[in-house]
Amino acid sequence: MTAPRHLLSIDDLDRAGIERILDRAASFAEVAGREIKKVPALRGRTVVNLFYEASTRTSSSFELAAKRLSADVVSVRAATSSVTKGESLKDTVQTLTAYDPAAIVIRSPHAGAAQLVARWTDAAVVNAGDGKHEHPTQALLDVYTLRRRLGALDGKNIWIVGDVLHSRVARSDILAFARMGAQVTVSGPPTLLPRGIEALGCEVAPTLERLAEADVVYVLRMQNERMDEAYVPSLREYAARYQVNAARLQPHQLLMHPGPVNRGVELSADAIDSPQALIAQQVEAGVVVRMAVLYELLAGSGAGAPLVAEAAAEAVALA
Amino acid sequence: MSAERLFHVPGEPAELLLRGVHALDPRSGLDAPHDVLVRDGVIAELAAPGSLPAPDGAEVVEGEGLHLFPAFFDPHVHLRTPGQEHKETLATGTAAAAAGGFCGIVAMPNTAPTLDDASGLRSLCAQARQEARVPVGFMPAITRGLAGTELTEMAELRDAGALGFTDDGRPVVAAGMLRRALQYQRLCGGTIALHEEDPTLSGHGVMHEGAVSARLGLTGIPSISESTMVARDSAIAAYEQGRVHFQHLSCVESVEALAAWKAAGARVSGEASPHHLTLTDEAVRSLDSRFKMNPPLRTEADREALIAGLRDGTIECIATDHAPHARHEKEVPFEEAPMGVTGLETAFPVLYTDLVLPGVLPLGLVVERMTAGAALLDLSTPRIAVGEPANLALLDLAGEWEVGARGYASKSANSCFEGRRLRGVVRLTLAAGAVVHRAELPAEVAA
Repeated sequence: MTAPRHLLSIDDLDRAGIERILDRAASFAEVAGREIKKVPALRGRTVVNLFYEASTRTSSSFELAAKRLSADVVSVRAATSSVTKGESLKDTVQTLTAYDPAAIVIRSPHAGAAQLVARWTDAAVVNAGDGKHEHPTQALLDVYTLRRRLGALDGKNIWIVGDVLHSRVARSDILAFARMGAQVTVSGPPTLLPRGIEALGCEVAPTLERLAEADVVYVLRMQNERMDEAYVPSLREYAARYQVNAARLQPHQLLMHPGPVNRGVELSADAIDSPQALIAQQVEAGVVVRMAVLYELLAGSGAGAPLVAEAAAEAVALA
Repeated sequence: MSAERLFHVPGEPAELLLRGVHALDPRSGLDAPHDVLVRDGVIAELAAPGSLPAPDGAEVVEGEGLHLFPAFFDPHVHLRTPGQEHKETLATGTAAAAAGGFCGIVAMPNTAPTLDDASGLRSLCAQARQEARVPVGFMPAITRGLAGTELTEMAELRDAGALGFTDDGRPVVAAGMLRRALQYQRLCGGTIALHEEDPTLSGHGVMHEGAVSARLGLTGIPSISESTMVARDSAIAAYEQGRVHFQHLSCVESVEALAAWKAAGARVSGEASPHHLTLTDEAVRSLDSRFKMNPPLRTEADREALIAGLRDGTIECIATDHAPHARHEKEVPFEEAPMGVTGLETAFPVLYTDLVLPGVLPLGLVVERMTAGAALLDLSTPRIAVGEPANLALLDLAGEWEVGARGYASKSANSCFEGRRLRGVVRLTLAAGAVVHRAELPAEVAA
């Protein structure tokens, strides 16, 4: 697979493509350890962050990633209100395209928004979450975090627990984990497991009875509004059946969560604060993985593009 | 056709000799080359090919190699008038019908305002007499404002020209409300056509619930949201001895329910659309809003069940559910886009290319099912027979064209077949005795 022009879905990457990005992220991590954390790879180029949903960690880490690559960054917090009120997505993209961005990073409450943006602009498009569809950079940073800890995912048993139905993270993670050789099982209340999810290449377990089989327990956020919509009768009942806590977590298991955590709902405080939890490492990985994604799309594939090592050397020179 | 319930701009009665056309009308037992003479808008003579002299003043069409069918009838289209003329008008919608080989279409009442009172219906009929190129019938709402709570004045609406009644776009959610409508049907007649969907099951769904919706993270519309309502409403129709027509069936379970209730003697009928007969939810993987409609494209098993139902007569007719939307309305993320696709101009060519040519359905059966909608609404069926008004479609089945390459007669372009190369070019359409469509010969048609 040649380097993709956009990152819209994990399906845009084969295993080698994922590994190439993660290796690059690892070399950026070395830069991140230095006092001057900038590399000049994208100097003079513009990255637009277009966010139609509230997001702290994803938008800030994309912003930081682009800045550490020396890009000019424009962050647009578009109103989430309907198309009837505001400017249409198409018009907004055409307006932003006038700035001649090298990349547009888009977060939208609607599946396929990133694909549409890619159709309307010459910039490279990065999907920073589209509806319940995908969140490919989250999946990449999750794989990165696990690779650092485990070396490889081959043959590992990964359980994704909770509200799979409404989770774009779950969809991208199932695809990415499976592509990296892991066995994926999804578990949660049957009302929150989408019919047909096994077609993504995972097993389905409606209870946590077999959770001990897992090497990695990946817990999803449980949103309060799911109860108003009668997906679960109460948070109390949900926590009783599906909360991952010290009693359910085995000592050999690693614990992950995409954040933000609802303490006492999907995770207990003792689990969150245990040394098995990789939650802080996931956040940390966000910046270097997103640097690697931007680098891959904007500087990685072209002939004569500066190698990371050279870029790092330049950074030293700048210091 | 019963003229009093179909409205159009009367055209000049055709004087036409179609020479050597392959006339195919399963109901008349016709399937051979003929000369067909139309005089004063009526089929005057059917004779051996090359045997009829051209009368003075008659146009002669050399039809060797072309097929002549009874023109098609579509019991289910959206003409968006009044209120949404930016999507379609009576003029453009009927031009699309003519281009697709249709001699009659039936417009749904989910307009703005809803077609739910006699004065609105009378003015729409009057407008159709001024603008409609092919005869149009109107089905006003079953319930006021499609709200499902109060019956419309069905008897007065029938007097004003209503073909039947439907809340299309929405189900009649309350069983008791449908029962009242069926009781009232005894007084005023008129087929009741139902869009079947249990909203507590379909929710905010935007596509078929299954492996593809799971992959895309789109909210699914389960098959049972349709089939449970088909079963429920068949039972109510049977109890009240009423007559009900199920619109745009989409799944295995609905076909089974319809077959079972027919076997039990209920007066129920069904339709299927060209897109449900030829596409599946796999098309939605593109997240292209042109594949968004209600009911949604379902699985291959569902598609096969619809074809089987069409073949064995469980499903009586084909209906396009032609649902135009403006470009800017569809150029949005899938979940935001309105439901619906256009269909009049592609209906026959799609079925011919994807079902007849590969040998899935015989040509005669497709022609029969594309004309059968008329009888379900108590209208006379288009036929190729002496003494019948000329409702005829002349097609070049060898001709190939690319959907959308030359634009559309419809005001909207939201075809789910855009870009497809299809076989079957409509060369000439006659409706109610007059020529309503004549194809300029597209360059890409092989000579």
